[in-house]
Amino acid sequence: MGTIATTTGPAPAPSRVQVLLRRMRDGDEIAHLITLIFAASILVVTAALVYELWIHSAETRSQFGWKFLFTSTWDPINGIFGAWPYIYGTLVTTAVALVIAVPLGLGAAIFLSELAPPKISSSLSFVIDLLAAVPSVIYGVLAVFLLEPLMRSTIQPFLKHTLGFLPIFTGPAYGFGYLTAGIVLAIMTVPFIISVSREVLLAVPQDMREASLGLGATRWETTYKVVVVYARTGILGSIFLSMARALGETMAVTMVIGNVPKVSASLFAPGYSIAAVIANEFAEASAGLHLSALIELGLVLFFLTFILNGIARVMIVATSRRGAGASRQ
Amino acid sequence: MRQECPCGGNPKTMRKSLLALVLCLGLAGAMLAQSGSVQINAGGATFPTPMYTKWFSEYNKMHPNIQINYQSQGSGFGKAQLAAKSIDFGASDVPMTDDELSKAGFKILHFPTIMGADVPCYNIPGVTGTLNFTQKALAGIFLGTITKWNDPELAKANAGVKLPAEDIIVVHRSDGSGTTFIWTDFLSKISPEWKSKVGAGASPNWPVGLGGKGNEGVTGTVKQTPNSIGYVELIYAVQNNIPYGNVQNADGQFVKASLTSVSEAAAGAAKDMPDDFRVSITNAPGKGSYPVSSFTWLLIPAQIQDANKREAIKAFLKWMLVDGQKDVEALTYAKLPSNVVAKETKAIALVQ
Repeated sequence: MGTIATTTGPAPAPSRVQVLLRRMRDGDEIAHLITLIFAASILVVTAALVYELWIHSAETRSQFGWKFLFTSTWDPINGIFGAWPYIYGTLVTTAVALVIAVPLGLGAAIFLSELAPPKISSSLSFVIDLLAAVPSVIYGVLAVFLLEPLMRSTIQPFLKHTLGFLPIFTGPAYGFGYLTAGIVLAIMTVPFIISVSREVLLAVPQDMREASLGLGATRWETTYKVVVVYARTGILGSIFLSMARALGETMAVTMVIGNVPKVSASLFAPGYSIAAVIANEFAEASAGLHLSALIELGLVLFFLTFILNGIARVMIVATSRRGAGASRQ
Repeated sequence: MRQECPCGGNPKTMRKSLLALVLCLGLAGAMLAQSGSVQINAGGATFPTPMYTKWFSEYNKMHPNIQINYQSQGSGFGKAQLAAKSIDFGASDVPMTDDELSKAGFKILHFPTIMGADVPCYNIPGVTGTLNFTQKALAGIFLGTITKWNDPELAKANAGVKLPAEDIIVVHRSDGSGTTFIWTDFLSKISPEWKSKVGAGASPNWPVGLGGKGNEGVTGTVKQTPNSIGYVELIYAVQNNIPYGNVQNADGQFVKASLTSVSEAAAGAAKDMPDDFRVSITNAPGKGSYPVSSFTWLLIPAQIQDANKREAIKAFLKWMLVDGQKDVEALTYAKLPSNVVAKETKAIALVQ
């Protein structure tokens, strides 16, 4: 561009402003600016969120320090706050949910993308996307009226009878507790795993499958060793998306977890989660310290999600690097 | 100013006339506001919301220029938002403490409006009749010291009822609530052990039990769980036809919660009503008074700068104490006793 300007002689080289104006007219710069603002707004919202949570939890942070995270007494009347039962409950229910939802969701996604006839696959996927849009309170109501009695009368006695030597399957069967909450979370997050994993599996190039089959692999070997491996980053992504939903889920969890701030090894025992206690106690928390403690719980949940997402990122990077190395050898 | 011809189809003209229309409407709105339309924002307790919603809409029908918006977000919300001056008046099931009042930085008056009660509801397979609960039995069950349904403390008050030798499963509210405050306030009065170990509050540290969200969460859990006991608001139990027990009052009588027995509790307490109306009527004296009863209050600032708002609020209070009380029982709340109404009517003059 510069050479053209010099060869034409008298016409002066376009100034920066002119270049900018021309790019504005072309739309490039405008699109750049607008998308930049949109992207930046996410950062601004996140920063504002952390700032607000940090400022408003000052009272409990200065009074309890790190003890807030690792003590187990939650007594708003006497102003004693320890968050450990809530952190524990959040982690346990999320873990139960993932243990159930990952194999279920992944299996269903493999069936839908690799084995099912296209007609069945697309109509089933439609139903699954519908499930993802059901409000959580509906899942909660179903859990209270269907899952909870079933857990109390059938599933928990069965687990106690068969696997009762494990400490996680002991104690009285109330029906309300970690296990029931975890199962509800699993039901709620499976649609996410199926939906995203199926898309990712469908995006695997057909050439990969044909090459694998051409080398003599069976259909299952092709699926298991080529297609799933190729799509693993996206599949991990879907799992972490559902983990994030499980960590922050409020309504369905509070309806079946039992809402008792105690730490128990047994999955049958009633417990509590961070999101549930915030929703339950926020409206009536008028005293400064109680409100501050609930806001600090919000901060804890934010950092918990942040840390788990960070681990997820590291895992994705690690697996994709290992995959790249393997394919080079 | 150049006159525009109102020729249709010209987008520029259209835009200008639209602008003019908007301006006109805005001006008209402003004029309406000047002619005495009063917008009042209030918020707080959820328990009396059905009553307040009805009162505010009835009052608006009689005085179309006065509009009261009520946000039903909990007593804590009502107290905090009033102290922050983001609403014109608040509502709470729990009176403000001295500490809260001094922190607010301005004088706040309490006006009792209606009364409610908590009842113990239970689900014991094989037991259909109404159980009697002694004060010791209720405190013991919620403290976790009485763990079986056939405990002698329960059996002696329920002669003739076959109570099972099963574990008692306690159900309480998980969300902070005025209902819980009333229940724990009662337990604190009848049991020194409860008072020192747990205390009275909207979100106590429960010694035992499962938590259910809201009245519906507690009844849902009680209905689903055999051998359980919980507590809910009287209106909730009546409207949903849930069995509930009699509670022993300060005079040793077993009383079933009803609009009459709740009003009686208030009348018993009204004799010693303090001038600021901040009184707990749990475990009130009187043979027929139901012991787990409570007022719910409107929280009104003693000084309201805006004269229109001030007069509107005062007029509403006067109406609520006389005509408003006639609607109370239709919604299964208990009416204020006449001596409380008389005392409150005098107190309205304190709002300036």
